Amino acid sequence: MTDTTQGKPVQQPVLSSHEAAAARPLWQVVLIRPEVMTLVLLFVAFGVATRLSPFFADTTFILESATFYVEYALIALVLTLIIVSGEIDLSPAAMMAFSACVFAALFKAGVPIGVAMGASVVTGALMGAFNGMLVLWFQLPSIIVTIGTLTLYRGLAQVLAGDRSISGFPSWFIGIDWKYWFGIPIPVVIFVVAAIVLGVFLGLTVTGRQIYQIGTSPEAARHAGIRVRRIKMGLFVLLGVTSSVAGMLTASRLASVRYDMATGGELQMVLMVMLGGTYIFGGRGSIAGTFLAAWLLIVIATGMNVANIPITSQLIVMGLLLIVSIVATNAIYARTQR
Amino acid sequence: MNDIVQTLIHRREAGIFVMILLITAVVGAVEPRFLTVETARIVALAIPLILIAAMGQMMVLVARHVDLSIGSIMAFSSIVAGMMFRDLPDLPIMAGVVVAIALGTGLGLLNGLLVVIFRLPSIIVTLGTLSLYRGLVFLVSDARQVDPQFIPRSLISLSQTSPIFGIPWLVIIALAVAVATYVFLDHSRLGRQIYALGSNPVAAPLRGIKVVRVTLLVFALSGALSGLAGVLYASRFGYVNPGITGVGFEFTVIAAVVVGGVSINGGVGTVLGTILGVLLLGLVSVALPILGVSAFWQDVFNGAVIVLALLIDRTVRERSTRALAQAGGGG
Repeated sequence: MTDTTQGKPVQQPVLSSHEAAAARPLWQVVLIRPEVMTLVLLFVAFGVATRLSPFFADTTFILESATFYVEYALIALVLTLIIVSGEIDLSPAAMMAFSACVFAALFKAGVPIGVAMGASVVTGALMGAFNGMLVLWFQLPSIIVTIGTLTLYRGLAQVLAGDRSISGFPSWFIGIDWKYWFGIPIPVVIFVVAAIVLGVFLGLTVTGRQIYQIGTSPEAARHAGIRVRRIKMGLFVLLGVTSSVAGMLTASRLASVRYDMATGGELQMVLMVMLGGTYIFGGRGSIAGTFLAAWLLIVIATGMNVANIPITSQLIVMGLLLIVSIVATNAIYARTQR
Repeated sequence: MNDIVQTLIHRREAGIFVMILLITAVVGAVEPRFLTVETARIVALAIPLILIAAMGQMMVLVARHVDLSIGSIMAFSSIVAGMMFRDLPDLPIMAGVVVAIALGTGLGLLNGLLVVIFRLPSIIVTLGTLSLYRGLVFLVSDARQVDPQFIPRSLISLSQTSPIFGIPWLVIIALAVAVATYVFLDHSRLGRQIYALGSNPVAAPLRGIKVVRVTLLVFALSGALSGLAGVLYASRFGYVNPGITGVGFEFTVIAAVVVGGVSINGGVGTVLGTILGVLLLGLVSVALPILGVSAFWQDVFNGAVIVLALLIDRTVRERSTRALAQAGGGG
């Protein structure tokens, strides 16, 4: 419906060889970017939430309620890079759980906490590398292979931790969401810093721009001498490491670790990326979009909480949002293509 | 004779069958109580729901799509049927069954519509509806479980009584679904069109296949079968819980289907293979506790088996492509 030109020769406006095409007016260029849609939605959601509850306009309240979502949002940032490169990974929530279980189990076994944290990060990197290996060496489609590894990693977490929750961490480790840096909770600071770093990386560095090229046309990228496999492998490993960090943030917030940590979290992560206007088929998208979408989700979820909408109904909203955002992004890109 | 042996060896089903025999033999050697009628009964009762949903998922995969929402569809059908049994006890059971299947069909059709209208990847659409439908389950049920005393006895007896040879009704229903799927896929025009669509989506419309109609059909069928599995869930487990019923079901079913040799690249897959895949997973799920292995290993096994099956599928595909190229070159 949105893509009626597909399959037929596209009518190009006839241009004489000396004239350049008329530039699109600036307001169109700006408005047509999906990130703008996200930003507008963010303002709308904020306005609605403020009307629902006067408490909502309190920034401290929003920042405090954000700590739950920034764990997913941190992962969504890296997932954006992977989706822009034309792949996808559905296993980060399971990677969070397993790497957090590795951390907790080692800590319980008497390993110094610093070493346990290091081991968790290494586990994350290994899981990411395993995903990357299956996708890049064996050329399996990432979308289905990560369903397999999602089950696998979640299963490993269950084997390691059983059905008990592991707790008893030292007091300095727990409650990172109640520690502040200039009035901002530490997890939010980590998220913002990560967004800036990754935004600069994707937008301004050569490797970052190459990720777009890989996503647009892997074949052309390869012929252009871009190390497609190496870059994609790096992204998968980075996602594993980020998942491990997010897992430890969760462990600190909850002061305990269970194998079912972040079950179903892949939905929220993919949702943030899609809502931020990243194109599901790769080649388009931005960190700024995902960053805004993460705040949009935080505002929506917190708004529903203050409006006393039960968590279970929020599932409906999240599912609908995912479908609507991907439909909208596809429509926008279909319009601007060529 | 030699040809027949060759064909058998190269059939994917043969490999799975050998694995089933091996697992049975090894587990039986370690723990003789594995080789009893009782175990066979436990396995037989463990697989019907998976088998019924796997038939639908297989058709979706053959058409080169995937349906992640089946667990939520199953839960929705199950909870609505359960609430009908609870709130309208005078209604015949058949009404609950029909409603469950109809609701499943509707939700499946919605998946299909989203996929064909907006040309979206089915995996993302059904990830969204997985959450959406689960939310609906909580909404209609007010997050309350349908307790065992409300499930009609005659429905529960489907998984306890047997019409013939001690095989429970539940198993017979599942096998009937499998036979019907076989007849449909192998002996009807529409069934063959599903294979044609999945093996080459670009060529399919050129050969006069109505792509939209076939795509909608596979999603509707997958939904309908998940709906049937939903009402049978109430029979098998005797309750319906909005937060438990069907959670993670999609991963088990997808694991069983890909183990059964159904290719995620579409166009390849048989009913027999899928049955064997379901049987293999069912056997392992029963064998683990008998061997004293923690049931927690089940998910590890399922996940590993998905990855392994994908790797095998790729190797087979590469080999057959090479064989075709060679045959072409020689001729």
